[in-house]
Amino acid sequence: MSAPLTLAFLEGLRPILEGVESSGFSHIALVLAVIFPLCMAISMSLGGAMSDLFAKAAAMLGFIVPAVLSLLLAVVYYGQDYAGGYAFEILKDTGLGNFGIYFHLGLNGISMPLFVLAGIVGLAAGGYAVSGKIEKIRIYLILLLVMQAGLMGTFASVDVLFFYLFHEFALIPTFILIAMWGGRGRRSVALEMSIYLTLGAMLTLAGLLLLYLKSDAVAFNMIELRAYASSVENGGLISALLLLGFGVLVSLFPFHSWAPNGYATAPASNAMLHAGVLKKFGLYGLVQIVLPLLPADFIVWSPTLMWLALGNIIIIGFVTMAQRDLKMMLGNASVMHMGYAFLGLFAFSAVGVGGAVLMMFAHGLSIALLFLLADVIERRSGTTEFSELGGMAKEAPVLAAFFIAATMASIGLPGFANFWGEFAIFVSLWESATPWVIAPAVAGIVISAVYGLRAVSKIFFGEAKATYEGGDLTALEKWPALVLLIGLLAVGFWPRLVSDDVDAAVQDIIRTAEPALAATSQDVIVAER
Amino acid sequence: MNDLANIPEVTHEWGVILPEIFLGVTALLLLVLEVAVPKLKRALPYLAMGVQGLLAGYLGWLTFNAPVTDTSTFFGGMIAQGPDTNWMRIFFLLCGAFVSHLGLTYLKSRPLARIEFYHIQLVIVACFMLLVQSAHFGMLFVTLEALTIGFYLLVAYGRNSDFSLEAGLKYLITGALSSGIMLFGIVLLFGAASNPIFDYSTTQPLQFSELGTFFTSYHRMHDADQSLLALVGAGLVICGLAFKIGLVPFQVWIADVYQGAPTPVTAFLAVASKAAGIFVLINLLRGPFAELEEVTVPLLTVMTGATLLIGNLAALGQRNVKRLMGMSGVAHAGILILGVLALSSHPGLMPVLFFYLTVYALASFGVFEVMSHVGAEEDADQQFEDYSELMKTQPLLGGALAIGLGSLAGIPPLAGFIAKVLIFYAAIQAELYALLALAVFGVVCSIYYYFGWLRASVTKAVFAEEGRPSPVAPNFGAKVVLYGVSALSVFFGLYQGVFGLPGY
Repeated sequence: MSAPLTLAFLEGLRPILEGVESSGFSHIALVLAVIFPLCMAISMSLGGAMSDLFAKAAAMLGFIVPAVLSLLLAVVYYGQDYAGGYAFEILKDTGLGNFGIYFHLGLNGISMPLFVLAGIVGLAAGGYAVSGKIEKIRIYLILLLVMQAGLMGTFASVDVLFFYLFHEFALIPTFILIAMWGGRGRRSVALEMSIYLTLGAMLTLAGLLLLYLKSDAVAFNMIELRAYASSVENGGLISALLLLGFGVLVSLFPFHSWAPNGYATAPASNAMLHAGVLKKFGLYGLVQIVLPLLPADFIVWSPTLMWLALGNIIIIGFVTMAQRDLKMMLGNASVMHMGYAFLGLFAFSAVGVGGAVLMMFAHGLSIALLFLLADVIERRSGTTEFSELGGMAKEAPVLAAFFIAATMASIGLPGFANFWGEFAIFVSLWESATPWVIAPAVAGIVISAVYGLRAVSKIFFGEAKATYEGGDLTALEKWPALVLLIGLLAVGFWPRLVSDDVDAAVQDIIRTAEPALAATSQDVIVAER
Repeated sequence: MNDLANIPEVTHEWGVILPEIFLGVTALLLLVLEVAVPKLKRALPYLAMGVQGLLAGYLGWLTFNAPVTDTSTFFGGMIAQGPDTNWMRIFFLLCGAFVSHLGLTYLKSRPLARIEFYHIQLVIVACFMLLVQSAHFGMLFVTLEALTIGFYLLVAYGRNSDFSLEAGLKYLITGALSSGIMLFGIVLLFGAASNPIFDYSTTQPLQFSELGTFFTSYHRMHDADQSLLALVGAGLVICGLAFKIGLVPFQVWIADVYQGAPTPVTAFLAVASKAAGIFVLINLLRGPFAELEEVTVPLLTVMTGATLLIGNLAALGQRNVKRLMGMSGVAHAGILILGVLALSSHPGLMPVLFFYLTVYALASFGVFEVMSHVGAEEDADQQFEDYSELMKTQPLLGGALAIGLGSLAGIPPLAGFIAKVLIFYAAIQAELYALLALAVFGVVCSIYYYFGWLRASVTKAVFAEEGRPSPVAPNFGAKVVLYGVSALSVFFGLYQGVFGLPGY
């Protein structure tokens, strides 16, 4: 079988890539991608007095390095025949070896796209943060860099405790960023969000610890746990804890109420990173841990999950339609689209789970782009209320074009990455035991078209009600948006960039899950007799 | 039957308690030097600090060179030194050095006697060190009383503050009550174990090992529960310790005393006193009370559950930061006792508790160091509002506060997170699910109050009082301490190799 490196121009790079892989540089690159933003944050915080310009340049270096390294690793990964398995593994004992806990990094077919997503969105968020006038920009950038390190680490971790640790690592700056630089109601929003998300995180932690201790595994990492998948006891309780915990973190209906307010209040770069990348933690945990390890219990919960996901799509869809503020609308829309990812998992097929991963990747790019553009609109007009906006396309045609493209992507138009995710999820629903779910799911697409296009028409067309200052997108604002849009289009036109390895990894998950599933259906057959 | 008269021949083993003796001598020397060489007055606090640091280094060097593996007793069974006691002694010495440093900041701006503070504080540290080594109820009670009397003085040290005097009185009454309860428990144990009806009764019932032997024999001979007398006695001793640790329902004194006491003393109580109580409890549980699980385990389980619940709920409403530290300290005691309970079925987990204590001490001292800079003339009256925009006005204090509170709240990547995870890990191993659920609930609550404080330091207070003095800028020594404890809180979150943590 030929390696799935399909882009012809990369073929020429192959010897270099193989050199990179065999020299061990890729392992260092992986660690560097995680550690480097943190090192920049530390040196910026201890570095004494420095000009804003210098701080900005240093921070940008901290965002560019992980983005470049993540892309490099992705290219190396696609160039080699890993078949979705783990690569670039690195393992160090930090003193908890006796508990089976190690600093253990590595990437597989599922974590690779999300790792790249974290790199790209981080680059865009950092670039956008640098473009504006922000008070105390140095501390702001330090916090963003810490968050970036946490995001890179979350998806690069093989060890489950570090996976959790890096996630929290990225959460803390969120609270401070909202409390210090947030919009209206930031004090209460920051507190509400921190309590809600800590609740989710603690439930997750309890579930993960139980999962580990109730299995025969002797190391707390995803590879080892999978090898002992069938030995887990108390699966019902553990899967309930994990579904609830992860559900809160991904804003599953009805545990979503922290999300819209939080995103609407958060400063733009923070909203981009949180809604775009960090929130995928919960879904990623479900895919990497719950599906392979507790498939039988997941099947028990999946009807409930389906109804809740439909709640996300339909109920929050209507809530989104009713919003009169652009940022609130985007916050709700991001909650709504998580419903599709859950539906993809619900079907428990390779197509559905793969679609959900693709959807996570695409949604991360598109929602980050939308939050970026919404913040530009706020910079120009001083408001995000639909009633006070209008006619902006004349003043800022490029901004309008970007916004329309991002809206189309988020609706799921062909040509954008989101389309393939939604498409695969619909296929999996059609093949599932309850194909009727497709009907409300498609209705959700119509809903998102309604609010998306209405937002476009209210902001960019009609009469101008506000005075706009600053004109069109500046070059500094344009390139982060462009990075995100290119990502959306590249995967939209060439989904196999992501899907080949995702598929291989998902197949592996389904294979791991099969024995447990077969055992359950056997029980059912015996019971029927 | 007079137990105290039966102590065997006097030994010449003074070398084993050399650090304690040294501390006592230094304490006396401080008083002498103050009068004899007034020029050195300003250097004396540093002498106290240095002696504690040096002794910690000495003990550390001893332990490192010749690790103690088994327990040996000295002074006719009064003192036992095992692998854990050296660890605790170093812990108390370092705590003492921290407290001396905090005292420096506190006493600088106040018209109070200076050297006496360090004198009492050194004696207390020596008592703590002897307390954890005691293997005899006589020794245990005497050292406990000696250090408690020291604390009576220190809590009321701020003579010009109504809060401090009130706290002193409250601590005196509750402390005396707890001593009474404990003494009564000891007497009951004495009676139960030296009852001449049994031919296996012991002549040394106050000695931990003898008492343990008696309970084992009783259990074997009667093939039944222990006598009611012994059970009640053990329960009362544990209740007496629970006062020191601050377990519900014996936590009533905590909020008032923590608020009123001078900040260095609050820190001393919060860290060293708690750690000592926990260690003595462990010592008793795995020593003489090992056979009494029928009363100790249920008693501690109920207390832990109540402590986790009430400690966190009571902290929710606090806006005075010293009271908040008190109630959150109660909650931390709950988590520690959860670990102690897990220890009874997994004895190898002791280093996990040491790790938790270290992490808790580091985080607490960081926070108290910040408090001693923010607290102005009246440091008992520190509210959230006084921390308004601390992050902007004094970034170092704000940053250290954030790291300290984050570690106390158990937020990764700080050490507090790993410490909590390991305790939870132990609790799952010991199948203490109900308590674990309460602990998780408590952590979510704790986010509210720790984060509320943090938020106050990040944002501008809405109802800021006019004319409150602004925080003092940290001097060089304080900067070293703030950077040091913060760096260690981060470092131990990422690397725990130095603790030799066991598996199960």
